[in-house]
Amino acid sequence: MLAKKQTLSLDNRIFHIVNNTFLILCLAVTLFPLLNIVSQSFSSPASVISGKVLFLPVKPTLTGYLKIVADHDLLMGFVNSFIYMFAGTFISLVLTLTGAYPMARKTFAGRRILTWIFTFTMIFYGGLVPTYLLVKSMHMYDTIWAMIIPNAIVVWNLFIARAFFQNSIPEELYEASELDGCSDIKIFTSIVLPLSKPIIAVLVLFYAIGIWNNYFDALVFLSSSNKFPLQLVLRNILIKSQMLTFLKASSGQDQSGILALTELMKYSVIVFASLPVMILYPFIQKYFVKGIMIGSVKG
Amino acid sequence: MTSQTVLIKKERSTGASIAYKGRRQFKRIAKHWQLYLLILPSLLCIIIFKYIPMYGVQIAFRDYNPNLGFAGSHWVGIKYFQDFFRSYQFSRLLLNTLFISVYYLIAIMPIPIILAIALNETKWKFFSKTVQMFTYAPYFISTVVLVSIIFQFLSPYGLLNNALSLVGIEKTDLMGNPALFKSLYVWSGVWQQAGYYAVIYLAALAGINSELYEAAYIDGASIFQKIIHIDIPGIMPTFIIILILNTAYILNVDYQKILLMQNQLNMEVSDVIYTYVYRQGLIAVQYSYSSAIGLFNSVISMILFIVVNKLAKKFSDISFW
Repeated sequence: MLAKKQTLSLDNRIFHIVNNTFLILCLAVTLFPLLNIVSQSFSSPASVISGKVLFLPVKPTLTGYLKIVADHDLLMGFVNSFIYMFAGTFISLVLTLTGAYPMARKTFAGRRILTWIFTFTMIFYGGLVPTYLLVKSMHMYDTIWAMIIPNAIVVWNLFIARAFFQNSIPEELYEASELDGCSDIKIFTSIVLPLSKPIIAVLVLFYAIGIWNNYFDALVFLSSSNKFPLQLVLRNILIKSQMLTFLKASSGQDQSGILALTELMKYSVIVFASLPVMILYPFIQKYFVKGIMIGSVKG
Repeated sequence: MTSQTVLIKKERSTGASIAYKGRRQFKRIAKHWQLYLLILPSLLCIIIFKYIPMYGVQIAFRDYNPNLGFAGSHWVGIKYFQDFFRSYQFSRLLLNTLFISVYYLIAIMPIPIILAIALNETKWKFFSKTVQMFTYAPYFISTVVLVSIIFQFLSPYGLLNNALSLVGIEKTDLMGNPALFKSLYVWSGVWQQAGYYAVIYLAALAGINSELYEAAYIDGASIFQKIIHIDIPGIMPTFIIILILNTAYILNVDYQKILLMQNQLNMEVSDVIYTYVYRQGLIAVQYSYSSAIGLFNSVISMILFIVVNKLAKKFSDISFW
């Protein structure tokens, strides 16, 4: 008996060593690319171009960031993204909550057919071109509305909200409020919403980050560059290698200097664009975990 | 734990006569008219921006003319479908799409499970929380930034080329190497999403009845036995749901990411159905042809979704409806 216990604990020890080594490996694989990007962004242009930067800045400077602050396109993209994010999140939130609440009520006749109407949009997609033509014919093309309205509702989020209402607001509360003479809208605004702060937080984060990170809607629905959100400006600079505004202006500089500066700026831009989400991330990640939990339990 | 995600709940029929039921139903609707008012904006939004495009996709069977509209343009039948099926692009697009999807599916299904079980088993709780937080973080990086990071690493001045030159391999333009494209797409996706899926599995692991572990402990089960007989069956329903979703969306690879990674050099291996739909529709302005390909994609996706859902229901009692 004693011998058996000892072999077990030896097995356990080996398991834990292997297990923790595996986790450290996962951590390293995740972190090293991020560390490298951040370190590059704070290094000097010459160190970046010569490939000296690993996981610590070499000859630290703020050159890259100072150039960004002076870049008109990037700042405009940043401002546009904020506008789309605030307006879009607000509208998406209102539509999702008002759509989810009736479907969570047992007294709501037609729940089943409405659920089908929403679910079907997750299974069948009308297509890119018909949506594009629709947005054009509604005169929304190249306006802020095209960035906000067509994809305002993420049906999955609506079902998460409905699951939350169903699971955390007891039926008796509705019955009691009805007896007290509350209308359905009154129940929604003064009883359901105050009890729904966790799901509102989850939805705000899902929508805000979704809008902040999206480039494709802008690629399809916008044509004027002064309306581009940050992600589309980034795509043009980083992936399509369009020149930065400061480079367009200063053609007199020597070639290798410009090349080094451009490489440095690319790293700085990557960090700059991820900054809002990454600063908030440690504080908000528990809400995302919560959102996933709500979504994965029975609705 | 009988069913994990049930989107549609069946309402019980009371068995009352239809006329009576109808009257009562009407009363119920009238009494709760405000609920209909509340749902109206979101319903309109869905009908306009999701259902009108479904109606508009009929231009796949017509020669679309902006002046005549969706329903007024000239009927050409299945001409554009025939064009697509006969074009040399067809098999290339379909094979690329399937290959990339299946490769990604095989890579992304097991790794998060191993990660979640490892996180669950480690005795250092703070360490576990830290690893979870960092591995989940890449999920919040935007597609543009992710692809930019890949570009920077592979650029002639990037990390990878520098590492290669250290071991004596000459610097090359790795992004222009078509042989690398699919693996780059898949493994950068795994890097970005493994932590996210691990969190979902961790939630499932947390939901396992602790009495099972106590019983296993009393019976003297080893860690491996606990993992195989308790953990794995415990996360099976979640695994199947994720598998259903990923299989159903197998034609909808992350085309937004592929579009960013695409260039003239890797087009042969990187072009998938939806990047082609985008190029034909919005760059080449072939509205009807592009809609036909999009419709083909949507119909196959829908059939896949229904079939996979049925299979899952038959073999495991887990399904979406």
